[in-house]
Amino acid sequence: MKAASWLGERLDLSAVRELIEHKTVPVHSATRWYYFGGITLFLFGIQVMTGILLMLYYRPTVAEAFESVRFIMTRVEFGWLIRSIHSWSANLLIFVAFVHMFSVVFTHAYRRPRELTWLSGIALLGLMLFFGFSGYLLPWNKISYFATKVGTDVAANAPFIGPAIARFLRGGEDVGAPTLTRFFAFHVMILPLCAAALIAVHVLMIQKQGMSTPPWLSASSVRQMRFFPNFFLRELMVWYCALAALGALAAIFPWELGEKADPFASAPAGIRPEWYFLAQFYTLKLIPSHVLIFEGEILGILGFGLLAAAWAALPFWGVDRLGAARTRLVTGAGIVMVSYLAVFTVLGYIK
Amino acid sequence: MRAPAIVLLLAPLALLGQQAAKNSCLDCHSALDGAAQRPSLLSKTDVHTVNGLGCADCHGGDRTSDDPSVAMNPAKGFIGKPARTAIPKLCARCHSDPDFMRKFRPQQRVDQYELYQTSIHGKRLASGDYTVATCIDCHSVHDIRQVKDALAPVHPLRLPETCGRCHADSQKMAKYGIPTNQLADYRTSVHWNALKIRGDLSAPNCASCHGNHGAKPPQVESVAAVCGSCHVPFGQLYQKSVHEPIFSAASGGGGCIVCHSNHAIHQPSTAMLEGPNAVCSRCHDPGTPGANAAAQMATWIDGLDSSLKQSEAVLTSAEKYGMEVSDAQARIGDGRENLVKARLALHSMQLSEVKKPVDAGMAIANETLRAGQAALREKDFRRWGLAVSVLLIGIAIFAIWLLIRRIEIKGGHWRDAGAPVPK
Repeated sequence: MKAASWLGERLDLSAVRELIEHKTVPVHSATRWYYFGGITLFLFGIQVMTGILLMLYYRPTVAEAFESVRFIMTRVEFGWLIRSIHSWSANLLIFVAFVHMFSVVFTHAYRRPRELTWLSGIALLGLMLFFGFSGYLLPWNKISYFATKVGTDVAANAPFIGPAIARFLRGGEDVGAPTLTRFFAFHVMILPLCAAALIAVHVLMIQKQGMSTPPWLSASSVRQMRFFPNFFLRELMVWYCALAALGALAAIFPWELGEKADPFASAPAGIRPEWYFLAQFYTLKLIPSHVLIFEGEILGILGFGLLAAAWAALPFWGVDRLGAARTRLVTGAGIVMVSYLAVFTVLGYIK
Repeated sequence: MRAPAIVLLLAPLALLGQQAAKNSCLDCHSALDGAAQRPSLLSKTDVHTVNGLGCADCHGGDRTSDDPSVAMNPAKGFIGKPARTAIPKLCARCHSDPDFMRKFRPQQRVDQYELYQTSIHGKRLASGDYTVATCIDCHSVHDIRQVKDALAPVHPLRLPETCGRCHADSQKMAKYGIPTNQLADYRTSVHWNALKIRGDLSAPNCASCHGNHGAKPPQVESVAAVCGSCHVPFGQLYQKSVHEPIFSAASGGGGCIVCHSNHAIHQPSTAMLEGPNAVCSRCHDPGTPGANAAAQMATWIDGLDSSLKQSEAVLTSAEKYGMEVSDAQARIGDGRENLVKARLALHSMQLSEVKKPVDAGMAIANETLRAGQAALREKDFRRWGLAVSVLLIGIAIFAIWLLIRRIEIKGGHWRDAGAPVPK
């Protein structure tokens, strides 16, 4: 208490005190979905901490990247654990972020006045995907090298600006040493800064507006749980569970290192991107090379761009003139989107 | 005025072109039946036809005439079906002429006829044996293809069967008194396996050891040189070994074939050194220094092989558990290299030479075994660490649950329905 009063004399902690004393969480049948935002934040914290530890040994050059990761996994005390947790946590983070996004869709928490919270969340999801894409290359192994080639090739096919984007990402005409340096810079500096700013906006908006209650419930009739300590302690239990799951995955299925990338070798058979890009990858494979006068891949990428833009604009088309959620339309769109992602990811994996 | 002049100038050239393209031999023979028609059907894919040569270039005659009495007139150089004895010389008319051959393939060799004359086939033909192989027996006639053409009878993949057409025929070989089991034996060999099963065109076929146009069996003194042309280090060690003068003096073929056979060369193993089928035991009685040395080499080599396999199994097991053991797995490759060196060194027939790579390989096998065992111990440590961590996390979760219960039993931490809530 002395420390709190000491700090209180010097800083205005009334906002924090207000938050602790008055923030509440609605209690209803969908309350469990509120935990997913917290788990995403927790996993991001894990990523930051393990990422900093990995940076102590990782060397972002073509000659040393693979060897430095192998050194981390074989020589550094608990290096295997840090690297495996970093890799597993990255994948779980993206999965949980998707679950969080769809929980917002199905509970219609995107509606007024939470448009900015939704938009910052979508931007964060995009950043997480780019985090995954850039981090995947860093061990400089065969699979990651060719997956990055495929990924940047897809970007190169975007209409008009595609080639410029691909050149910017690669730092040249092909994936090579400049790509690794760039991806490292994106992964450890540019993306974390952007993510920190967006997380701050996202969390502040939530604090400002409170937790959304589903439209089929009356906010005034829903029982409320205090955020501190009741909800926070429950969230802490979930975080502990996530930590145990991460530990188990890292210990039982350590993230493999593979073979060092050889730009002169032929691409391994069945090369495909990480699971979170598989649905799009498989869709592009299904599109014919030419549709009317358009190139199939360009059309596909244009389609994905428009779909992403429409999805980001959900708070604007998902509500009526009075600001009430178009629940049937949005729930239907959500079901279609979840089904598409699930089915095409599985098809992309098995085919 | 200028156009008709050009037409008049070009007309003879056009007629010349028509005459050059004309081949009355094909025109008539394609309309015949049976054997007389056969050449006209085959020759379409013949390398000579493809390169613009016609029937008359070998058989003579006038291909521009549709009248058989003119086209096949001996006065016009028509020789009909060449005699077997005349075939090599007939082919050599062009194939020994570098200026002519250069027009088609600048790097084409032109010594085939010369070599053929030095071969058993050539010598026998010259002495009046018309049944021996001439050019057409191996290369075919009228449908001759380049060696690299997979349908050519002399393509590496087809050559053993081509040689076997005569050499595996006991009736044809009876008068020469030579065995006919070469093709059957070769088909059981590592060389056949490499050539036919693995499709390695560089693997030895009959011509690799016996030569092609200058075909003759390697003599005793040259067997090691023939094998050593591919198996260079083996040949070098053998030449310096105690076996070399003894094997060379042996009757019925010596050198490498004493142990490895000639056509039925099988995958070598330590069973050749020791055991009921040991080739060493054919000369070295059990208990003699030679037999003991062979047994010692077999023990060392088998020991290194099984040690490396044991290390590999442990590393594979560790890898299956997700342990990073790629360094040790790469070292196993070095160990295998020493195993190869040991197998090579035994051709020197000196124990000290075999022991060096065996010792180096055993050191690697032990080192990698330790690495694999350490990885498995590390795996167990991780599993125990996980169990303890999960237990501690479980205790922490339970403690939090108790705390929540305690807080909520006291009440006052739930806002009643109807109380003001944020938007």
